[in-house]
Amino acid sequence: MALLDITGLSVGFQTHDGIVRAVQDVNLSLDQGETLGIVGESGSGKSQLSFAIMGLLARNGRASGSVRFDGQEILNAPPKVINRIRAEQIAMIFQDPMTSLNPYMRVSDQMAEVLVLHKGLSKRDAVAEAVRMLDAVRIPDAKGRVRLYPHEFSGGMRQRVMIAMALLCRPRLLIADEPTTALDVTVQAQIMQLLADLRRDFGMAMILITHDLGVVAGSCERVAVMYGGRIRETGPVRPIFADPAHPYTQGLLDAIPRVDQLDEELRAIPGQPPNMSRPPSGCAFEPRCPYRRAECAAIDPPLEGFAPGRARACLAGLDELRERRMRAEPRPDLVAAGEGAAETDLPATDLPEGAVAGAGAAGSTPSPQEETRP
Amino acid sequence: MSDLLTVRDLRVTFSLRREGAMPWASPTLLRAVNGVDFTLRAGETLGIVGESGCGKSTLARALIGLVPATGQAEWIDGRDLLNLTPRQMMAYRQDIQMVFQDPLASLNPRMTVGQIIAEPLVTHRPDLPRAEIRERVRAMMEKVGLLPNQINRYPHEFSGGQCQRIGIARALIVEPRLVICDEPVSALDVSIQAQVINLLIRLQKELGLSLIFIAHDLSVVKHVSDRVMVLYLGKVMELASASDLYGSPQHPYTQALLSAVPVPDPTVEAARTIVPLKGDLPSPMNPPSGCVFRTRCPRAEARCAAEVPALAGGDHAVACHFPGPLTEAEIARAREVA
Repeated sequence: MALLDITGLSVGFQTHDGIVRAVQDVNLSLDQGETLGIVGESGSGKSQLSFAIMGLLARNGRASGSVRFDGQEILNAPPKVINRIRAEQIAMIFQDPMTSLNPYMRVSDQMAEVLVLHKGLSKRDAVAEAVRMLDAVRIPDAKGRVRLYPHEFSGGMRQRVMIAMALLCRPRLLIADEPTTALDVTVQAQIMQLLADLRRDFGMAMILITHDLGVVAGSCERVAVMYGGRIRETGPVRPIFADPAHPYTQGLLDAIPRVDQLDEELRAIPGQPPNMSRPPSGCAFEPRCPYRRAECAAIDPPLEGFAPGRARACLAGLDELRERRMRAEPRPDLVAAGEGAAETDLPATDLPEGAVAGAGAAGSTPSPQEETRP
Repeated sequence: MSDLLTVRDLRVTFSLRREGAMPWASPTLLRAVNGVDFTLRAGETLGIVGESGCGKSTLARALIGLVPATGQAEWIDGRDLLNLTPRQMMAYRQDIQMVFQDPLASLNPRMTVGQIIAEPLVTHRPDLPRAEIRERVRAMMEKVGLLPNQINRYPHEFSGGQCQRIGIARALIVEPRLVICDEPVSALDVSIQAQVINLLIRLQKELGLSLIFIAHDLSVVKHVSDRVMVLYLGKVMELASASDLYGSPQHPYTQALLSAVPVPDPTVEAARTIVPLKGDLPSPMNPPSGCVFRTRCPRAEARCAAEVPALAGGDHAVACHFPGPLTEAEIARAREVA
């Protein structure tokens, strides 16, 4: 049985602007000890998906569907149930360690609190365990540093403290939401290495949410690509990177410069992400898609399997995608609007609406990190 | 190619007063930029990379006079930019413009796009008639991929990528010769990033601009730059053409930095050897003696603590006593320590 089974998960936010559908009909499953990467741009719904799993949606958020953890339904579960599972079974680390650690508490106190609450340890035992865990995440002089406050650590060290705190109860699933986005590359490499080691040592499953395809390539076994609140493509990492089967995945891979290659011109994806409070009627990627056809504006294609372990949501034929990628020449700078758009027979983007979209989709939901504890 | 800007021994020092310190106690000195030399040729792009706290943004700010600096920054006409009165500097501001990181925060929310883009022109060319200014703004908007009929809109009506286009238009409207881009794409999504990078490259070629491109993303810098400078704790570690620097990095720090960059290809990733750096970045208020990188260097010897290595080597300049590719034994040792 899968460790985590998500079926038909949708998340909507009630805003002044109407309902913003952040996540729509997501199906995912994760096995014991497996690493799944969720890739997407801002507003794609990747973070809200994880908040929904953890029961951390903002007050105006509603989640529907089903999330089963180890056979138990945890979506919209009563606080009593979900509180036991959070921290003990599923832990989460966030992008910015400074805002997720309590600045007024010593690291020893915040770490001990978890163990006292969930494991019933005495304060002294809890602190000793905290020191052991800080050692495990390779913080030098853990015994001395455990008495410090979060601001006395550097960014990378703070993220280590967060990871140590998340692992205190030996969770079976770790959700890491952009764990290295705020860090420098050398520190990022250390943290990703650390996560890989810990995962192996503790036999943990991990969901890694990120916008960085490089990080996914290095540390995940499977990947799900999200766009406009839906999963557009999913499968094992190697085939997806070698042979992307969705135009958006293709576009993303072609749009990033690589440090190990000489790339002539980046093939940018024209236009901008959709406004999820007024989602397009058909496929959300349709306005930016080079393969779009008439049906795309009306039909949002479902995720369908086409090879073992792989699925994609696109009407364009696989052969067409593959062939075009092979012979695709660097396109001229496709700009969001203006001349560029006209040249490349894209419809002039509806700027007034579309423009607000980028910030609007994520920005209109009040503080998604706010807990909904009673 | 002539040198547009020659920087010699540029230093920016902040003096910090410890909280609760006695008024007569001497303040602590933070040397954010500690003796940087480089030349910028006309029409080239110089990338500046380094981790947070290495002084890359301070260096940019010093060049346009936003923070006081010592040393020399000689402009193509022979004047030293660091030694000008504010009034004299005005004339050069027109030649040097800047694009900032946060696209929305660097635009005044109460001004329309037209006013924002026109402002440098109004300041520097007060003689221009209004109709002419409006005409130029429209032309510039078109150039950066904005619709000229959006001229009366406000910044909040635009997405991040479009705001960055507005920022670029504002920088280019006075026809500068040098544009300093401080992390221009790091706040943008991947798909939008490529649009802005392509735009910058195209405009640079079209207008024959020189660019100083500051970013922490090494892949982006490689893609954009002709030459790249690596900074660490306010000092230049290595300065070479992009292909040389990325193809055969000589400084141990550059090698460690490049080895840490994730590559979006699982096959490459599986084979990648990371050279880990031990410990944290030392405090810039109390930098190590000799070579600033020695405390984290897998190759450091006694000489590194005693002597500051000079930046030497002509076209591929390295500031290291023992430059050259790290051997497997050194990498293994580094991995053991970290």
